[in-house]
Amino acid sequence: MTRPLHGLLQGDPVVATSGASLFADALRDQAVTVAEVDWHPPLPGTETDLARVMGDSRRASANALALERMTSAQATLVDVVPASEGLGLERGTFLHAGPPIEWSRASGPMRGALIGAVLLEGLADNPEDAQQQLARGAHHLEPCHHRGAVGPMAGVVSPSMWVYALRDEVHGNDSWCSLNEGLGKVLRYGAYGPEVIERLRWMTDVLGPILRQAVRSTGPIDIRAIIAQMLQMGDEGHNRNRAGSLMLLRELLPGMITADASSADIAEAVRFSGANEHFFLNLGMPACKLATLAAEGIPGSSVVTTMARNGTDFGIRVSGTGEQWFTGPANTPEGLFLGDYGPDDANPDIGDSAITETGGIGGFAMAAAPAIVRFVGGDVPFALRTTRTMYEVTTGEHPAYQVPILGFRGTPTGIDVTKVVRTGILPQINTGMAGRVAGTGQVGAGLVTPPAECFTAALAALAASVPT
Amino acid sequence: MSSHVEVRPGAYYDSVSLLQVSRTVAATPGVRAAQVAMATDLNVEVLTGMGFSVPDGVGPNDLVVALHLDDGTTVDDGLVAVESALAGLRGGGDGTEERVAPRTLGSAISAASATLAVVSVPGTHAVTEAYDAIGSGVSVMLFSDNVSVQDEVRLKDAAAAADVLLMGPDCGTALVGGVALGFANVVRPGAIGLVAASGTGAQQVMCLLDAAGVGVSHCLGVGGRDLTATVGGRSTRQALAALADDPATTSVIVVSKPPDPTVLSEIEADAERLGLRVHWAILGSGRPDLTRAVEGVLTAEGVEVPTWPTVTAPGEDADLAVGPALRGLFCGGTLADEAMLVAQDAIGGIRSNIAHDPELALGPDLRHEGHVVIDFGDDGLTRGRAHPMIDPTLRMERIAVEAADPICGVLLLDLVLGHGAHPDPAGDLADVIRGARSTAETAGRALPVVVSLVGTDSDPQDRGRCSAALTAAGASVFLSNSAATRHALTLLGSTR
Repeated sequence: MTRPLHGLLQGDPVVATSGASLFADALRDQAVTVAEVDWHPPLPGTETDLARVMGDSRRASANALALERMTSAQATLVDVVPASEGLGLERGTFLHAGPPIEWSRASGPMRGALIGAVLLEGLADNPEDAQQQLARGAHHLEPCHHRGAVGPMAGVVSPSMWVYALRDEVHGNDSWCSLNEGLGKVLRYGAYGPEVIERLRWMTDVLGPILRQAVRSTGPIDIRAIIAQMLQMGDEGHNRNRAGSLMLLRELLPGMITADASSADIAEAVRFSGANEHFFLNLGMPACKLATLAAEGIPGSSVVTTMARNGTDFGIRVSGTGEQWFTGPANTPEGLFLGDYGPDDANPDIGDSAITETGGIGGFAMAAAPAIVRFVGGDVPFALRTTRTMYEVTTGEHPAYQVPILGFRGTPTGIDVTKVVRTGILPQINTGMAGRVAGTGQVGAGLVTPPAECFTAALAALAASVPT
Repeated sequence: MSSHVEVRPGAYYDSVSLLQVSRTVAATPGVRAAQVAMATDLNVEVLTGMGFSVPDGVGPNDLVVALHLDDGTTVDDGLVAVESALAGLRGGGDGTEERVAPRTLGSAISAASATLAVVSVPGTHAVTEAYDAIGSGVSVMLFSDNVSVQDEVRLKDAAAAADVLLMGPDCGTALVGGVALGFANVVRPGAIGLVAASGTGAQQVMCLLDAAGVGVSHCLGVGGRDLTATVGGRSTRQALAALADDPATTSVIVVSKPPDPTVLSEIEADAERLGLRVHWAILGSGRPDLTRAVEGVLTAEGVEVPTWPTVTAPGEDADLAVGPALRGLFCGGTLADEAMLVAQDAIGGIRSNIAHDPELALGPDLRHEGHVVIDFGDDGLTRGRAHPMIDPTLRMERIAVEAADPICGVLLLDLVLGHGAHPDPAGDLADVIRGARSTAETAGRALPVVVSLVGTDSDPQDRGRCSAALTAAGASVFLSNSAATRHALTLLGSTR
């Protein structure tokens, strides 16, 4: 028989305390098991909104549903196609990373990438001309996220670029992401020199078609399964993709080799893909996008469905508030620099790649990738502590993405706006750093967090949406 | 024998782990053979060799669960064994030592499988914490004050929907399953349950019962406003239902300020329906004080009413002058309220910071020429500082002020012992009393001091020891607050 109050009066209480430690001490004096919260006041000015959102009777089940959808979403690579075809991208439209931005507020690397994309599309003969077109608003700029796509760093996608097409059959969603250009002077880091444009042309003419043949002949590739495995091989899926890239190449290799192309082109496509440690990033990102897409639009849910940056603003979107962006000025990452570059050379945070953290990997899975501290800074205990801390701001754990060193615990998944605001713990993002000046390229890699105001603004909107 | 094969795409486990899983499942009674493996070519060969038919199109990213089962064993039985073995992989501990302390109540509750939460964060944050506890499916003692009545009603509705109890807000005392929460005395276990809308009132009742040899099963706090028309007895009704169901509890005492009449009749109807014997200890004008109420309960329960522990100090030196006014300096709100109720008929016009009559309200300086009773635990005096049961500084200072005031005739004090209270409150108070009496005597005055000492000998501070310290300083000491008040009135009357 079920007793009232879940049998509270019949058992030995185990007590959790929040507030004065005196009460916890008094309980310990009675040999009672006590779990004491390391309580801090929430972010300033949020008390009323918090109480309102916490009291929303829809919230618990809405968040459970968001987590269930996020973790049950599939991610299958089904095709490789030109963006004009897959995304229906029109000539003169350019997708970019992060929340919406106009040219006048765009950062150096964002401007550089847009200039490069205008050149690639043959809309301008030289960078100055491209810049003038963009400055006078001749071209349409739109966030990747508004089309279900994601792009690393500047995230610029133009119609002739090829994109991976991923599908979530469970929820009937699609997502797309550009092909990775490798490291160094590349468009996504804002470089637009002749070698950058030349590489992009080669990717459009040679690499894309070969990858398409490979995917079509191999058949759909389960990207989620590769993520699950790479986390057990020392990757975290954002800034470390070594194992994932090799596993992806292993899947694609037979189809690439037998593609209808010249052996020289095939050899170069294989060499290019194999040499790129971040080959997989552009698959992991849309896989996470499919996960978060499935969790969108659940009334009352305080789970974050997008974190993205355009190099000027950091923006988040939340399940219960739908399409609305909540933005704040992007922080500048701290970390390690390439060559002679230093902190003054780094642009503020940029890219849609924080979708990995939103989906429960990247910085959230840092404990799975202790070697990453050599790349982004920090030490191994920091990597472990980061993942453990993220459990304090997430809704649950990912059943498929597990961290061996934490006893195969699932990664912290489904950032809860209320928990971020209550604890003041901001999501940890591992990221690359772009040069501040257009045309520079990558200057380093490091760690960054979103501005807190994204979360307090989202909380206020959630509070306003609570039925009275 | 029956066989079962299922494919789980994308469920990745490493091969060593799956070897363990297969062994564990195969060792389950009713399972003849089991293979849980990623569908690599090699494993598919092994599965085929074991007599399983593996569906076409599976690949190394797919988990295959294959079972041969004895007759009488269902597929579900086999799958339960698989799930439990897979779940077992998650345990086995974490490879490192460091932990991150829980940062939210929900996180702490889930990490410790807690069954109860205690919230004492500042009032503006308390509602959020309480919702977190309720959302985590546990009852919560809400010590925090400054929670609006609208929030209280919403929280209590959410709690009832989750079948958990919201004890509070501003709930200082509870006893659940023998565990004292907040400020609570160590009393003998027994069959009387308490439902308390008053913290120090509940402590007085529990200590009196203990002195009479009667034990307490649980004391469930409900918050001071629970029996008002607005809150409608929401927590009281849940608490009564839980106590009615509790085998250890035979009858219940409800300790409260005067309830709303409609709420009272609803609760009485509830109690009748539950078959629960409910006694009322209602503190209000024209009603019996708490000691009388407890005596009534004892008689009704067939227990002899004892002589309540009392130590009266020897009479004061007749040569000394005595002031005309009663000065009651309290830490417990209910005890202050009761003292005023008991004294008002005899002396009337008592000024207080918790006066029911606005005419009798004390100004912000808390000073008046006449009779004064101050509750140092009132919200207005605890903002930004700890409750006087923890930090008695303000009251100590006031005692020294009264010692120098020729109008002060008798000092009436309370001292509440138990878990959560100051570890040695009597020692400090005895020093201050001694000092006060000496100050008065130097000025040619007598200053009788009467203390309501609410506690038991089992309390961490030991009531007997505390009583001895206070009487050694020249105070009279009572367990019954109303008896202490009457004694103070007698002292005042005999000197007027």
